[in-house]
Amino acid sequence: MSTAVQALGDGWVVAQRNLIKIVRVPEILVFVLISPIMFVLLFAYVFGGAIDTPGVNYREWLIAGIFGQTIVFGATFTGAGLAEDMQKGIIDRFRSLPMSNSAVLVGRTASDVVYNVLSLVIMALTGFIVGWRINEGVFKALAGFALLLLFGYAISWVMALVGLMVPSVEVINNASFIVIMPLTFISNAFVPTQEFNKVLKPVVEWNPVSAVTQASRDLFGNTGLGPGSDAWSMQNPVTYTLIWIVGIVVVFAPLAVRQYRKAASK
Amino acid sequence: MSGNEAMIRATGLVKRYKDVEALAGLDLTVPEGKVLALLGPNGAGKTTAVRCLTTLLKPDAGSVSVAGVDVVNDPAAAKAKIGLSGQYAAVDEHLTAYENLVMIGRLYHLGRQPARDRASELLERFDLTEFANRPTKTYSGGQRRRLDLACALVAAPPVIVLDEPTTGLDVRSRQLMWDVIRELVRDGATLLLTTQYLEEADVLADDIVVIDHGRQIAHGTADELKSQTGGQRIEVVLASAADSDAAARILNEVAVGEVQVSDGGRELQAAAGQEAATDLLRVLQGFERDAVKVLDVGLRRPTLDDVFLSLTGHAAEAAATTTDATEASQ
Repeated sequence: MSTAVQALGDGWVVAQRNLIKIVRVPEILVFVLISPIMFVLLFAYVFGGAIDTPGVNYREWLIAGIFGQTIVFGATFTGAGLAEDMQKGIIDRFRSLPMSNSAVLVGRTASDVVYNVLSLVIMALTGFIVGWRINEGVFKALAGFALLLLFGYAISWVMALVGLMVPSVEVINNASFIVIMPLTFISNAFVPTQEFNKVLKPVVEWNPVSAVTQASRDLFGNTGLGPGSDAWSMQNPVTYTLIWIVGIVVVFAPLAVRQYRKAASK
Repeated sequence: MSGNEAMIRATGLVKRYKDVEALAGLDLTVPEGKVLALLGPNGAGKTTAVRCLTTLLKPDAGSVSVAGVDVVNDPAAAKAKIGLSGQYAAVDEHLTAYENLVMIGRLYHLGRQPARDRASELLERFDLTEFANRPTKTYSGGQRRRLDLACALVAAPPVIVLDEPTTGLDVRSRQLMWDVIRELVRDGATLLLTTQYLEEADVLADDIVVIDHGRQIAHGTADELKSQTGGQRIEVVLASAADSDAAARILNEVAVGEVQVSDGGRELQAAAGQEAATDLLRVLQGFERDAVKVLDVGLRRPTLDDVFLSLTGHAAEAAATTTDATEASQ
């Protein structure tokens, strides 16, 4: 059996195990589903009147930003799941088996896409209720969702590496909050690019979260008068997002697998 | 590897963590079909040794072979030969016992149906069929440990490594576990187990290696080790510490080795000779003769602490160890 085929086969067995957990631990599912609803409602109604988005209703404009933020936060599950498996000795069990070295990570990052699919569905439904619309047709919209999921998948590999390095689940939850909050707030997810000051504006324009938000916003047709920026990244958000996705996976997947191989759980 | 004798052979294992030398040149040999117990207190290097033997950790120096496979150079082949059951009962708590076993069978590439058949077979053998379809988080410690051991046996490996298989279990679960392990040995498995309990090593192992600070401090059968520590121990609790010297003198006449005094002189103990009961009787006669009043007196089997004390001159560092071991032997 070739290495790649074995990694996929073993990865599928691991993914099935993770998927069973989604059903058996409904608390996680509730969290996955409730928090995006909360974000949609909070931003739509708290900031809705205060932020100016030329040519489009703020609530319609906002939803792609919430999608982007939630997708990035969703990657935390990957890190937390791996940190928990380390703590409980399950990684040791896997490492003592003659299975592919990348299978645990391949399976984990794949099964976590399911969480993201579920939360996107819930957010989209909530979005429809508060006024979000798809204006560019179903295919473009599906492309938008696919891009969001791919981006989330890539970030999962970053979190996989972090999850294998931290001593406990609590650390990963706190650490990811510290990184993800600024990453998503200094982006165009909630506030249009043109509203940021001179110092922050370039950060916003080149932030990958802005890119994936802008790309899906374009594909859903919620951009109004445009991205509010002439930066190449904002004019070509799909390409720029794809570059990030490939770059992150190429760099972080091997790093995470290397960390997995030497991870010594206590 | 020469002939078929050594299924596990480790030579000169060294592993350092920053300033701590967890293994300082450990040698281990387990012949086919035999059981070796690695006995030592917490922090002696038992788990590090297990991790080096099972490909989870690369030793800084030394070599390990399992069933003729070089563990360091060919970990993938070695993994197929070893079943590992760790200290932390690594079963997925959200999966049922059946699901856990099937998952592991599939990761051993047994194929879907053979993995299912093997799972059912192991559940039956380990007396877990009744709970097979409950998530394992509802299991007792003993059930989880049995399942963990079952997981190690999914691919019927020729070598089984058990890291503290009964630590934290109650007496009944421990007995059950011992029965299961004895059965494995009867079926011809080669086994290495680590333990903090001399009793456990005594019951299960052909050969015992006592380790401390990552090196071997004694090696032999349980009987050989016990003869070094003087077998059973006489313990005396005095009514008054004033009699301490007299009691120590009497014990000294009878006992093998040094008399230990504790609790401000009220508690004394010493190793008895081969005829422990006769020795005890002589001690009591001496007490009566010299009018030494005792609250309690008795014979007790040696614990890891006693072995340590006699081998190293210092007590095993984990105080809890002794209590557990004493409870287990009752």
